[in-house]
Order: sequence, then C-alpha cells, then structure tokens
Amino acid sequence: MELLKLLFRNTLRHKLRSLLTIIGVGVAVMAFGLLQTVVTAWYAGVEASAANRLITRHAVSFVFSLPLVYRDRIAQVSGVNKVTYASWFSGVYIDKNQFFARLAVDSDTFFDVYPEFMIPRGQFEAFQRERNACIIGIDLARRYNLEIGDIMPIEGDVYPGQWEFVVRGIYEPRDQTTDPATMMFHYKYLDERVRQEMPERAGEIGWYVVRIADPGDSARISQEIDNMFANSRAETKTETERAFQQSFLSAASAVITAMNIMSFVIIGIILLVVGNTMVMSARERTHEFAVLKALGFSGSQLFFLLAGESMILSIAGSALGLLVTIPAVDGFQTALPKGWFPVFYIKPETILMGCIAGLAVGLLASLIPLRRVLMTRIVEGLRYVG
Amino acid sequence: MEAPLIEVAELYKSYHRDSLEIPVLSNINLEILEGEFLAFMGPSGSGKTTLLNLIAGIDKPTSGKIMIGGVAITELSETELAVWRSRNVGFIFQFYNLIPVLTAVENVELPLILTPLSKRERRAHAETALQVVGLAERLHHYPRQLSGGQEQRVAIARAIATDPTILVADEPTGDLDKASAEEVLELMERLNRELNKTILMVTHDPRAAERARSVRHLEKGELA
Repeated sequence: MELLKLLFRNTLRHKLRSLLTIIGVGVAVMAFGLLQTVVTAWYAGVEASAANRLITRHAVSFVFSLPLVYRDRIAQVSGVNKVTYASWFSGVYIDKNQFFARLAVDSDTFFDVYPEFMIPRGQFEAFQRERNACIIGIDLARRYNLEIGDIMPIEGDVYPGQWEFVVRGIYEPRDQTTDPATMMFHYKYLDERVRQEMPERAGEIGWYVVRIADPGDSARISQEIDNMFANSRAETKTETERAFQQSFLSAASAVITAMNIMSFVIIGIILLVVGNTMVMSARERTHEFAVLKALGFSGSQLFFLLAGESMILSIAGSALGLLVTIPAVDGFQTALPKGWFPVFYIKPETILMGCIAGLAVGLLASLIPLRRVLMTRIVEGLRYVG
Repeated sequence: MEAPLIEVAELYKSYHRDSLEIPVLSNINLEILEGEFLAFMGPSGSGKTTLLNLIAGIDKPTSGKIMIGGVAITELSETELAVWRSRNVGFIFQFYNLIPVLTAVENVELPLILTPLSKRERRAHAETALQVVGLAERLHHYPRQLSGGQEQRVAIARAIATDPTILVADEPTGDLDKASAEEVLELMERLNRELNKTILMVTHDPRAAERARSVRHLEKGELA
C-alpha cells in the first residue's frame, strides 16, 4: 500500500461529487478555451502582421482612396524595397450573409509582398494570363465547392455592376494566422471597367502595402512617406501593418477586453468549484487526518494527499474541458454566419493556459483545507464530530 | 532496581476558554515500568484521556516533563514528536478510526509507510499483525464489511505493526458489545503477557480495568 493508493481511493470516495466537480471544471475550461479562441480570432489579423510591412492609407479614413501615382514616389523612399497596393471591392456573392474579403490587387507585386498566400506556380501563371481571373483561399473553395475554372459572379456595391471572375488559383495559407478565405483579382481588370463606367474614380486605389528592408526603420520611413504627401489633396497615414490591423479592433476593444476578463473570471470559478469540494472533503475527514497525524504522518505527506486529490480533480476536469473545447470551437464556428471569423483555431497557448490553470487551481484549491488540517490539533481532530 | 520506561514529573495541563483558565491535570508524578499494563480510571472530566494523550505525544502539557525511553518528549518540536510517535506509540481508539477506503491489511500497513521497510516487507508485517489478532482470513475486507470487534482488532493490529514502545488505548471497549469487548481485552492481555508490550489504557469499565496489571485512579485532575 502506497500513499498514492490512498490518494486515488480518497478521490473516488464520493464518486458522484467527484464526477460533478470534474464536469464543472470541464465546462468552465471549455468556456475559457472558447472565449480565448474568440479573442484569438479577433486578433488574427494582428497576429498575421509582418514586421516588415507598412500600410499607407488616406490620412482621413481608410474608406477614402489614394492616387495610384503615389506608388512610384513611395518606392523611391530609402529603405523601401517593394510597394504593392490593393482596393476593397466588397460586393455580394450569392447573398449578403456570405462574408469574405474581396480585393483588387496589383497581381505583379502583391504576392511577392504576401508570401503567406501559397499558390502553385502553374495556377499563378494561369491567373496572370487571364484578365478576369481570381485567386481564392482554400477555405472558400471548400465552403462554396469551387474548383479551378469555376465562375464566381459578384454583384458590385462599392463598384456597381455585375462582375464575373474565373477561379484560376487556390491558395493555401502558410501559417495558422493567415486568412484562408480571401478572394483576390487583378486591379487592372477593375480599373479598366472603372475608366469606362466611373471615370472619376479611375486611377484610385485603397491602400499601399510597403515592404521595407529593416523593420527597425519603420518609424522613419512612415514619417518620410507621410511628409511626402503632406498638404496634398490626399494626405497619407503610414503605420506598421500591426498598428493598421489593431486600428480595426479599436471599436470592439471593450468587448474583447470584457471577453478576456470573463475568460479569467472563469478560472476563478473553477477555483471555487474545486476549492469547495476540497473544503467539504477535508472537513468530512477531519477525524482521519487527526489519526494520520497521530500515527506520525508529516505535514508534507498530508499536503500530498490533499493537493494530490485536488489536482486529480482539476486536471481531469481540465483534460475533459480541453477535449470538449475542440468540437465546441467547431460547433461555434459552424453556428456563426460564414466568414465572420476566417481564422478560427485553438492556439497552443490556449491549451497550455488551460493546463496551467488546471494545475494551479488544483494546488490553490487545496491550500485552505490544508491550512485547516495542519492547524487543527490532533486531540481536537479526534474529538471532531462532523 | 529496573529503570522506569515512562517518567512523568510535575505535569500540569490547563485549557483556556476566553480569559478563563480551566485546570485539567495538576501535579502528576508517575513512573511506569516496561511491560506494564496500566489502566487509568476515573469519572468523566477527571483528566485521564488528557494524561494518556500527553504520554502518547499528541498533546502538549502546560508545564512538567515526560520522559519515555530516555527521551524527553515534552521538549521535542512538533516534527520531532511526529517522528517519535511513528516509532514509539501504537494507538487504539474507542471508535477504531480505521480508514474506510482501505482494506484491513492496507489499514495495518498505513503506519509502516513511515518506516524504511520495502513494500513486500510492509505487507508481510501487516499480514503477521493481522494473524496475531486472529484476522488472517479478513485481510482484504473493508472496515464496513467487519463487525465492531473485528474493526477494533484491525486497529490493534495497526497499533502493533510497527512494534512500538508503548500501546495507548482510549476506551478500547467503549463501543463494543460484551463478547467483542472480552475478545479485545483478551487480545490486549495476551500482547502484554506474551509480547511484553507496555500498555496504557483509559477505561470506565471496571471489567476492563480488571485485565490490567495495575490501576490508577484520577480525581479532578490528580492521581489518587
């Protein structure tokens, strides 16, 4: 007989109570994992940002366009090694509930600056050859059952009219944080029609993406670009890609902070659930602990018994919770309108935090009953009537 | 003349309730020889359990000295006292105090975990102890599957498993029917007679006290 055996037997002494505690911890850990995953999804764009990319947009707002002629001047700034650009096309594909980014991009340079969109060479060459070709993310291909050669009809809103694109490339995201659901087509195709149908908007783009040689130089380069267009009809605001992405989150920052706080409040709830079980358990066994102390068991051995039991409950609960989090995250994503969170995955950090929370909660939850057990004199414990 | 195993000198014990000091034992002087079977008797509140607890090292006196086997246990720290108890004291409680989730043999093995014995040796010791108390057939029974008398015999096996210097028994027959009480007393008598175990027993029961070699009475915290 080892002390470990007593530890396991104690844990299973009240099977129903232990089971309910494990389920309680499991549900809480699942809620923690889900909330953290939603927070991760909000920050996916920020996470995907590259340190060597700057975004130059209109100084007043992102919704205002910039002249295409800025490109060559930006490219001349020292430290800049590539400039590309894109425009937000928007439009309606199938119906208004289908969310995904539709961008008109400079197909000659865009994919050099964004190597995280991995396109097979043959597909990219076919895309380059065809005026109304587009490249879509693997997620879109799966979601809408699209294959190479399929037509994507889109009803324009920012750029009114009926548009038809031919799928010529399907990209795979290089990283987990890369959006797998973006559709990109030739800016030239957009500009040609704009020149014919909306000539006043011709030669306008949404924003520039500036690849720089040294991320440490981003402040100087940003300043130089913005100075270059100061007092022009379209002043610019240049910032790192990360800052640019974060600016999109500012409106939702209160909600995100609330979700973050809630996820950690849940850890507190787990602590109370396990702590309550352990306090009850230790109180019921006051007599037994007094006997063990009388027999000569040390404080560290009693700590092993109590903390061990507490940790078994919390670790089992955390493991259950993390196991359930995976289908819960899938279910959550399925329940949301398509494309709300194009990047939605459980970060390894979330799993690690769940594990650490399980261990820490197990340890902390045993401290109050342990203190009581250690402070209770043997003779008082032996006299205790529960 | 043989040196006493246990020497109690000028022992005082009092409790505090709010600002009130309640004396429980006063000026106790006592010598007990090795191999003694001594019963403490007296009315409720006379301090006999308190005296037993002090000698067993599970309570601390207000003043005075207790020497057992040459060790002044009143001067030991809590940690030292725990180690001393594990080697020198076997406990027999009125309500047996077995661990309900452990079998008879596992309960007996419990104090042996604190010894340097191997797993196999511990199991052998525990089985021998249960044989001594006549429960060789009940090794794997849980306390709930045993009668009160059998539970107390398991408790006695646990008390003797480590071969302690003294056995302390607080009302060991207090929760048993007459037949079971006789069995337990017979067993304790045998442990004293055949294995020369020093036994200190607190009892209200004159028939239990008759089994002891000597009886000391306590009245209002003093030895009569």
